[in-house]
Amino acid sequence: MIFLDSLIQGILLGGLYALFAAGLSLVFGIMRLVNLAHGDLIVFGAYLILLLVSLLNLNVFVATLVAAPFMFVLGWILQKFILNRVLGDDILPPLLVTFGLSIVMQNVLLETWSADSKRLSAGALETASLTIGPINVGIMPLLIFISAIVVILVLNLIIYHTSLGRAFRATSDDPVTASLMGIKPKNIFSVATGLAMIVAIIAALYLGVRSNFDPSIGPARLIYAFEAVIIGGLGSLWGTLLGGIIIGVAQTVGATINPEWQILSGHIAFLLVLMVRPRGLLPRAFD
Amino acid sequence: MSYIVKVQTTASRMAVIGAAILIPVAFVLPLFASRSLLQDLFFIFTMLTLAQWWNLLAGYGGLVSVGQQAFIGMGAYAMFGTVILLGWDPVPSILAGGIAALFLALPTAFFAFRLQGAYFAIGTWVIAEITRLTIAQWKQLGGGTGTSLPRSATRDMMFVDGIKVLFDTKTSVARDILAYWLALILVVLTIAAIYWLLRTRRGLALAAVRDNLQAARSVGVNPNKIKWLTFLSAAFGTGLAGALIYMQKARISPDAAFSVVDWTAYVIFIVVIGGIGTIEGPILGVLVFLLLQSILASYGTWYLITLGLIGIFVMLFAPRGLWGLLTENTGIQLFPVQRRLFMNKKLSKEK
Repeated sequence: MIFLDSLIQGILLGGLYALFAAGLSLVFGIMRLVNLAHGDLIVFGAYLILLLVSLLNLNVFVATLVAAPFMFVLGWILQKFILNRVLGDDILPPLLVTFGLSIVMQNVLLETWSADSKRLSAGALETASLTIGPINVGIMPLLIFISAIVVILVLNLIIYHTSLGRAFRATSDDPVTASLMGIKPKNIFSVATGLAMIVAIIAALYLGVRSNFDPSIGPARLIYAFEAVIIGGLGSLWGTLLGGIIIGVAQTVGATINPEWQILSGHIAFLLVLMVRPRGLLPRAFD
Repeated sequence: MSYIVKVQTTASRMAVIGAAILIPVAFVLPLFASRSLLQDLFFIFTMLTLAQWWNLLAGYGGLVSVGQQAFIGMGAYAMFGTVILLGWDPVPSILAGGIAALFLALPTAFFAFRLQGAYFAIGTWVIAEITRLTIAQWKQLGGGTGTSLPRSATRDMMFVDGIKVLFDTKTSVARDILAYWLALILVVLTIAAIYWLLRTRRGLALAAVRDNLQAARSVGVNPNKIKWLTFLSAAFGTGLAGALIYMQKARISPDAAFSVVDWTAYVIFIVVIGGIGTIEGPILGVLVFLLLQSILASYGTWYLITLGLIGIFVMLFAPRGLWGLLTENTGIQLFPVQRRLFMNKKLSKEK
């Protein structure tokens, strides 16, 4: 029974990791950019929600809605003025720039908010739970998991059923030919990063509600997200969800065996999948 | 028509003379220098060693690792392990640290090389985390809280008695002098080894793989072999440096020994600011790094913010770093690796 319980907790936790990872997966799929600052951008989002909550006395969900357009603009500016300049055949510049950005953001947050851990409050929703047969499921983890599915559904809808999505796919396949058809790849990249930041603010909301956060936790969360993207298969959002679930389940099952093994077993599961399926479980893009 | 191939330049010949003077001076420096200067130089030499190895990986090999802290921590813990559990002397234990890092590099490379391009970086980072979490479970070496080198081991360390007599000084000063000398030897050997590697056929193959994988393959370079060679040698050198750094600190904990900021972020900024893909760059970078540190040392967060911003700025506007800016205008190369062709006019006339 404990195992069934931790299995379900793990699946739900996987939803959170998939939310962390969906933005990364989208950006990588379209422009092959590995953004090492993504985790810190999520943590920044959590502080932004906290700021809105405390300044305007908003509900956390409303604060997220208010923050979303701001995050879109931030992502758009980041891509347009910094990341677009370093994208190219050489993988070194974008990695180093986003790594630098990660260190800068962590320390700016540390300077403005101190190292004390903070939390977002969702009121009674946090402790509410649902009894399904013999299992108790928290409403919040369930909501996170459902949000992850909705986010992926919406992203896939955008990618496969809108003209913007067509431009995304065209740029992803062949930026040179896409630009012959009147698409400006760099503008498409900016919109994509803006979109990824909207996903990031949703991830930030649940990060803050589910656990404490402080300026330094970005990279630790980011690593699970990257693992989810890699074992899911690059470029596939459903793969990313599957990857997130595998990491989540490995962590909760590992923790039931020995609490100290929680994080470790997630990483080991990642390596095992990598060993068996080097290209991930549901690979889409070949590169 | 005949030609000759030259690698040497006037500047490089002067650099050889400079090194021939500077290195012996550095060796006798403990006779005159203060203890704090020796400690600063120890820091410079060890950081420069780390920067050179990372530069070989990323700048020459195109292998951007953000998990080099795995080898620092592994080298340091293996050094502590052999001292505490096997009763070795700390000085030969440094070598054990390098070898342990080399062994860790085997599975790391196996997994990380499966990941394409930028995801290689993530692979190395995951392995570093796994190593940190695993070592934190090792209760005999203090688990998550860490441990210190036993007093008996640090007191009776090899060479320390000799240095005490030679310099007529206390044990603690003698230990610093020993650490300084070892760091000096390590950094000189590191630069010499990397320069030698780059001047050989393997170095040429390495650059070819970085610049164009397909073209390199087509002229018979085995890219896998060359990647493995680079990764393993960098791990060995980084492990030695890690063991040496923690021999001097004499206290270790998993969070410090596997710190991304201390052992990877700083190193990356040193290389990027100085000039990636050159041997001179990290040397310049480590000096800038030390200068910034002495100005901003008391503002921990601002120091990192400044370093990060300079790093981003350099990547955006001067991707070849400070050394790149310098050579663009002057063409000076202290450690040239390019093979340049010169027409041999005399010979061609005769024919």
